[in-house]
Amino acid sequence: MSQFRAHSVLPGFNLALGYTLLYLSLIVLIPLSALFIKSATLGLGGYWDVVTDARVLASLRVTFFASFAAALINVFFGLIVAWVLVRYTFPGKRVIDALVDLPFALPTAVAGITLATLYAPNGWPGQYFAAYGIKVAYTPLGIVVALTFIGLPFVVRTVQPVLADVEAEVEEAAASLGAGRLDVFRRVILPAIFPALLTGFALAFARAIGEYGSVIFIAGNMPYISEISPLLIVSKLEQYDYAGATAIAVAMLLISFVILFAINALQWWTSRRGTR
Amino acid sequence: MTGHSLQRKISTHESFGVTALLISISLLYLLLFLGLPLIAVFVEAFSKGWNLYIAALKEPDAWSAIKLTFLTAAIAVPANLVFGVAAAWCIAKFEFKGKSLLITLIDLPFAVSPVVSGLVYVLLFGAQGWFGHWLQAHDIKLLFAVPGIVLATIFVTFPFIARELIPLMQAQGKEEEEASVSLGASGWQTFWLVTIPNIKWGLLYGVILCNARAMGEFGAVSVVSGHIRGLTNTMPLHVEILYNEYNFVAAFAVASLLALLALVTLVVKTLVELQAKRSGEPLHGETR
Repeated sequence: MSQFRAHSVLPGFNLALGYTLLYLSLIVLIPLSALFIKSATLGLGGYWDVVTDARVLASLRVTFFASFAAALINVFFGLIVAWVLVRYTFPGKRVIDALVDLPFALPTAVAGITLATLYAPNGWPGQYFAAYGIKVAYTPLGIVVALTFIGLPFVVRTVQPVLADVEAEVEEAAASLGAGRLDVFRRVILPAIFPALLTGFALAFARAIGEYGSVIFIAGNMPYISEISPLLIVSKLEQYDYAGATAIAVAMLLISFVILFAINALQWWTSRRGTR
Repeated sequence: MTGHSLQRKISTHESFGVTALLISISLLYLLLFLGLPLIAVFVEAFSKGWNLYIAALKEPDAWSAIKLTFLTAAIAVPANLVFGVAAAWCIAKFEFKGKSLLITLIDLPFAVSPVVSGLVYVLLFGAQGWFGHWLQAHDIKLLFAVPGIVLATIFVTFPFIARELIPLMQAQGKEEEEASVSLGASGWQTFWLVTIPNIKWGLLYGVILCNARAMGEFGAVSVVSGHIRGLTNTMPLHVEILYNEYNFVAAFAVASLLALLALVTLVVKTLVELQAKRSGEPLHGETR
């Protein structure tokens, strides 16, 4: 043990680490490894056949595009909300700030049936969209609405603390050198909060890809059009096609790992540029 | 906002028009996406009056769903609490190899779709699963039964308390515990009398978030539950069944209880944040 850990006078290391590893293995590692072992039984050819099936590809496309769109919407509006909460004071701000976390606390099924009811053609906001010929519920647009709701807190909560830490002196210096307010934002504030924005985007995007409960009620779930990959996993499971369900799950995991890796690399690159 | 000089107000503030515009956009966005759904849950639940609302909640299947939801949370939250404290103790108070890998592995369930979290247990305990035959031979039912629901819930709420405590205890260091032990206190005395009082708000914070997710989980539980009315339906699953049967009043009545739980969670969470700030105990975590 001498090399494995540094000496400490505190007791309980073996017990705590032993329990941690046992619990982690039983609850998370062994079950997750079943996923990869099961998909390996398909063989590469069998795996490829499942994943390149037209309906599966269409569902992956819908899932990733809707998640991307929702995360982008949240970057834009999340930045404005974070800005307003950090920089301005107005009545009711404390309540608004607490309410931002609602999507973390509200069960997804509740969000799902409520958004579906609201954005149906006869729903309260839905009827106004319908008047202009825009169908929200039961279309891919509905999926974006649900995923925007689910991802809303991520960007706000990652940008908020960083924005609060931007030093007033830097802004003052830029302003005294003649920079307009928009220039200060673009050249001083935005570079400082850009890594946080990316993190918020990545978190919202990752959460949206796996989301199930809030989406299935509003999506309409039409194959090739508004069917998300998690739903396809569930329907394969209901037909006892365990291997097929597993193959889609692994494909989703791999694609999101690649995207998150790319975002991490981008973040690393921008933070390096920031410090020169 | 104290400490803002007059100069800052002159040189680095947006004009009144821009300020008003940005506040309006924010409020409109939050109203449309957060306020409206929250109000709509209660409006729909009471749309046919108080009596139908009460009747929907008194219905035996709804009542058994409520009981199962509380039972599930009552097992999952303490299980993850013990784990979270143990993990944070060894990660924050000791130096050992592979620590950052361990932290990454603890976060793993957050990266997995809820549906996939359910799927892994089907692969283990399902009829064609690894342990399926053995379980059948010994007449043990895990899947499509309460144990499966509890397991899937533990999986999706696994990191909540640990990831709240690890950065908190790391920031606090280990000097106080070392002082306590070198003055002759036993390990458990040190833990209960020194560590726990230091982390109580962070602990409570993690428990609240863990509980909200445990009671509200839908995707993972849906895959392992089997949807047997009165037996393996949690509240979110019961909401789905009622909604799909076009029994909207009952669906929203049960949903309103879950929305109430969400509101209580937000209020308690805000209070804990205030208390932690007042007592000087830093709160960490991405959901703050």
